[in-house]
Amino acid sequence: MRDRFIQTLCTLAENDPRIMLITGDLGFAVFDDYRRRFPKQFINAGVAEQNMTLVATGMALEGHIVFTYSIGNFPTLRCLEMIRNDAAYHGANVKVVSIGGGFSYGPLGISHHATEDLAIMRALPDVSCLAPTSLGEVTEATRAIAQTPGTCFLRLDKDKGPDGPADEPFVLGRPRRLRHGNDVALFTTGGILSEVVKAADELASGGLSASIYSVHTIKPIEPTRFLEAARNHRAVVTVEEHTIHGGLGGMVLETLADAGVFPAKFLRIGLDGCFSSVVGTQAYLRKIYGLDAASLTRRTQTLLSS
Amino acid sequence: MGAAFSIADIMAMLYGKIMHHDPRQPCWPSRDRFILSKGHAGAAVYATLAEAGYFPIENLKQHYQDGSMLSGHVSHKGIPGVELSTGSLGHGLGVGVGMAKALKLNSSPSRVFVLLSDGECDEGSVWEAALFAQHHGLDNLVAIVDYNKIQSLGPVSETLALEPFRQKWESFNWSVVEADGHDHASLASALGILPANPGRPTLILAHTVKGKGVSFMENTVLWHYRTARGEEFDRALAELDKS
Repeated sequence: MRDRFIQTLCTLAENDPRIMLITGDLGFAVFDDYRRRFPKQFINAGVAEQNMTLVATGMALEGHIVFTYSIGNFPTLRCLEMIRNDAAYHGANVKVVSIGGGFSYGPLGISHHATEDLAIMRALPDVSCLAPTSLGEVTEATRAIAQTPGTCFLRLDKDKGPDGPADEPFVLGRPRRLRHGNDVALFTTGGILSEVVKAADELASGGLSASIYSVHTIKPIEPTRFLEAARNHRAVVTVEEHTIHGGLGGMVLETLADAGVFPAKFLRIGLDGCFSSVVGTQAYLRKIYGLDAASLTRRTQTLLSS
Repeated sequence: MGAAFSIADIMAMLYGKIMHHDPRQPCWPSRDRFILSKGHAGAAVYATLAEAGYFPIENLKQHYQDGSMLSGHVSHKGIPGVELSTGSLGHGLGVGVGMAKALKLNSSPSRVFVLLSDGECDEGSVWEAALFAQHHGLDNLVAIVDYNKIQSLGPVSETLALEPFRQKWESFNWSVVEADGHDHASLASALGILPANPGRPTLILAHTVKGKGVSFMENTVLWHYRTARGEEFDRALAELDKS
């Protein structure tokens, strides 16, 4: 997803001199092409994420569209107050990009596990939050936030998600239906869509048909898709490589409850509010914490048969 | 009160003599930018902007009142002339650095003035910004430290000593000019030739007195928090009228 983001940003920078990329001293070798082509639109702010975000705000207030870039929690939690008070409150065109959503950097330890960022960023007023589920959506989401006035958060994953084009167009804030089924509606965000697709295939071979929705935007959201899905399926399941508290699952529950629509069965699949006790690859940690395709299949089958 | 009186003379000089600005066009692209990073002295900004003609002086009566936009810590929302809302310390210099960088890239003649408190320099983000500013040669940036030597709970020297303060900034490759922050001639001299050295950001170390102008407020921690009412208010006004 990182490489696709940079490629897309190159295209944007070529056509718009207002585009600026500020990195917090991360992205070894990945910016080489961008830097060579757009030296005046690139800054390495050093290992100083707070200042990176402040400088981005100042530049945005002077007319630039500024992408801040780092990994895991560094461009978000480390400088949360700068995003809140400076970027968001001033409606500044600051686009916070974190590569390494969830367990992307699993072997590096809990400092590098970005597993609460969606919940935290979603709580900030006037911040759009996006977590694309495929490479195609990385391009679409990057373009969308460049065109969306104000502060945005783009959470990218090591898992590039499944291949293949989507039938529906990308609209910021609107969940995109990728597959149509009758028994269960699976909502997911980020690259873990790849596990969800495999789980849906396994469910199908067991006689259960699943709808799959890419919730590439966590905020703002259009509620219609969630309400339709809750009414038209026997169960609603949310899947996120993130805490189940306040992220995708929380958002979907809030949306349904606010509308007075209660699905027959509902399950949030994610991390249950604990730090990972071990390290490992993204695939390994997904398995350990019940987020791999086999676990998703099993838990959905149990839900539907209960 | 004390924090606002500490910077009143600096504000008067900036808006009266030094900065290029136009109250009829608060967003004039060629204006100099001003950021109050020590947002708790917002009253001084509101008073200065009102005196300069950005909005009616009458509006100042709404300060701190229920439903007012004139918050205790300075806010830009609905208030012409305020570039940046602050209140959490250690934010203003970094944003000012970003503005200065963008203005240079845009070949703008505008300068950026950022006013910080001394206690604020405890924040690491101030020094992140200071590093960035010198690395990028932002000589269109002027930081002014209101060095009244008193912070929230007591003297700076007994909290986290900043001395040798001048040398700290100099070691960050800033040009440092010291001034008496209440002497207009001293401030005019310090702010008159900018940048102090081409290619470097300028730091004005303004020696000030917290609560300046009211004898019973001067150099006291209490008046960082306290609001003058009744007889105290009358006495304060009388002293300010004389000074």
